[in-house]
Amino acid sequence: MVTLLVAICFISFLLVKNSPIDPIQAYIGADMLKVSPEQRAKIAEYWGLDQPVMVQFLHWGSAVVTGDLGISMIYRRPVINVIGERFLNSLALMLSAWVLSGVIGFVTGVIAAMKKGTWIDRLIKWYCFTLASTPTFWMGLLILIVFAVWLGWFPVGMGVPAGVLAENVTLLDRIRHLVLPVLTLSMVGMANVALHTRQKLIDVLGSDYVLFARARGEQGFVLFWRHGLRNVALPAITLQFAAFSELFGGAVLAEQVFSYPGLGQATVEAGLRGDVPLLLGIVMFTTLFVFIGNLLADISYYVLDPRTREGRKA
Amino acid sequence: MSILEVNHLSVSFKQYTTGLKQIDHKVISSLNVTLEAGEILAVVGASGSGKSILAHAIVGILPSNASIGGVMTYKGEELTPERQKALRGKEIALVPQSVNFLDPLMKVGRQVRTAVRAGDAIEAQRAVFERLRLGREVERMYPFQLSGGMARRTLLSTAMVSGAKVIIADEPTPGLDPVVMKEALDHFREFANQGCAVLLITHDIESALQIADKIAVFYAGTTVEIARVEDFAGQGEALRHPYSKALWRALPQNGFTPIPGSQPHSSALPPGCLFAPRCGMATPECLQAQPDMRELRDGMVRCIHAT
Repeated sequence: MVTLLVAICFISFLLVKNSPIDPIQAYIGADMLKVSPEQRAKIAEYWGLDQPVMVQFLHWGSAVVTGDLGISMIYRRPVINVIGERFLNSLALMLSAWVLSGVIGFVTGVIAAMKKGTWIDRLIKWYCFTLASTPTFWMGLLILIVFAVWLGWFPVGMGVPAGVLAENVTLLDRIRHLVLPVLTLSMVGMANVALHTRQKLIDVLGSDYVLFARARGEQGFVLFWRHGLRNVALPAITLQFAAFSELFGGAVLAEQVFSYPGLGQATVEAGLRGDVPLLLGIVMFTTLFVFIGNLLADISYYVLDPRTREGRKA
Repeated sequence: MSILEVNHLSVSFKQYTTGLKQIDHKVISSLNVTLEAGEILAVVGASGSGKSILAHAIVGILPSNASIGGVMTYKGEELTPERQKALRGKEIALVPQSVNFLDPLMKVGRQVRTAVRAGDAIEAQRAVFERLRLGREVERMYPFQLSGGMARRTLLSTAMVSGAKVIIADEPTPGLDPVVMKEALDHFREFANQGCAVLLITHDIESALQIADKIAVFYAGTTVEIARVEDFAGQGEALRHPYSKALWRALPQNGFTPIPGSQPHSSALPPGCLFAPRCGMATPECLQAQPDMRELRDGMVRCIHAT
C-alpha cells in the first residue's frame, strides 16, 4: 500500500512537472503582465522551483509525510480542508449512486435471468447494453435537458440553491440538487451490475445443484431464494466494491455536467488551472479511496464465502 | 403391478448445426424398463448409451431443448410433466452423481433438510445421518469440505429423508473404496426391502450383480435385454442378447474377450438392429428393421435370433 502510494505520487509529480503548466502563472493569473522577470525569478526561488526535480519531490514528499499537503492555489486554503469538504459532497453523491445502482442493477439482473428469453429479459438486456455504451456526461446532459429544462422538476446544477445564505439552505434543498447527478450515475452504473448478475444467475440456474434442487421438487421463488441468491450475491457484492474506481471516474464527469461542487469537479479545476498541490492531494486521496474499495471487495469475499473462510481455518 | 414403467422412451435434443439449420439429435431411441416395488433394477451399459438421460427423463429435469417420445407410467397412470412436477422429490427421488449437485454455499445439513417432506426436518436429517454413519459435525459442513464417500452418503440421504417410493440412483458408486461401496449398495438393498423400487444406473456390472434383482442392458440408446441376475453366470449361456453375452464375457474373470468395433454414436446409427454390425449372429434380416422387445424365458430381449 505504501509503495503503491509513493509510486503513484512520484509518477503524478513527474507528470505535473513535465506538463506545460507554469505554477507561477497559475498562481498569479491575469496579473501576469504586471510581473517582471526578476519578480518571477524571485517567486521561483522562494518556492524552490529552481532546484532539481528530485529535490523538489523529496521536499514535497517530506511535507506530505508530516501531514501537510500544502495550500491550494485556487482556493487559497489548505489542500486537506478542500478535499475534506469536497469529498463530503461527493460522498453523498457517490454513496447514493452506489447503493442505488447496486440494488436496482441486482434486481433487474435477477428478473432478466429468471425470465430468460422472454420479452422482459430482452427489454432489460437492450436497456443495459444501451446504457453500458452510453458516456456518463452525455447521459447527464440528456437527463439535465429532460428533467431540469423541459420538465423543470429539479434544479439545473450546483449543490445548493444560488443566492441563498449558507445557513438558510435546508436538507431538502441539498437533496433536490443531488437527485439528478445521482440518477445519472446510478443509471449508467446499474447496467454493468445488471448484465453481470444476469449472466451469473443464468450460469447458476444451469448448474448441477440447481438441477438437483429441481429434482427434489423445488421451483420458482423458493429455488431462487435457497440456491440462487447466495451464489449470485457474492460476485455481485465484490464487483460492486471493485467498481469504486469507475464510480469516481463517473462522478468526475457527472459533477462537471451538473456543476456539482464535489471532489470530481475540484479535480477538473485543479487540472485546468494548474493547482499542483491540490491535484496531487486529490490523486493521493483517490488512490486511497480506490484501494479501500478493492480491499473491501477482497475482505467481503473472505467474510461471505465459506470456501475461503473455512479454508483458512483448516 | 409395476410401480414405474417406461415404454419406448425416446429423447432427442434440438441442436443448431452450421448456420441456423436445426437438427433433432436423437440420443435415446427406444428404452424399456419396468420397476417393481421391493426390487432393484440395475441399468448397465457403456457411457453414451443413455443411462443418465433416462434418469433425468423420469424425474422430468431434461433441458428445455429436449423432446420426449414414448410412454412412462407411475402406479399405472401416465407420467405427464405436471405429474412429474408434483411427484419429484416426494414420490420419486434422484440420487445424483457427484458433489457438484450440492449447493456450494449451503451447509449440507440444511440441504438435506430441504428434501424432507413430512415431520421434523432436523430430526429426520439427523436420524438419516446417523444411519449412514455421518457424524454430527458433518451437517455443519459445506460441500467442499466433504470427502468423496461423505458426499455420496449425503446425496443418498437426501433421497432417504424424502420418503420417496422410487429411487433413481445415477452412478452412485464410482470412486468409492470397496468397503464404502458395499455399504452404499447395502443401503439401496435396504430401501428395496422396505418396499421401495430402486433404479440403479451404473457401468459397474459386478457391483450391480451383488445387489440387483434384475439387470437391464442398454446399448446405443436402446434396451437390448432385461434379465434376472441369476442369468449372469458361467459363460453367459442363460443370457439372451448377443451384446449382453459379449459384455459378460468381456469381464476379466469371464475370459476378458473383447468384441471388435464400438458402440455407434447416436448421430450415425446403422439401419435395422443397432448391434448387427458387431454381431456374430447377424443375418440379412437383421438389417431390415430394428427388432421389438419381446418376452423370452422370463426376461425381455430385443433380438430376432435370441432363444
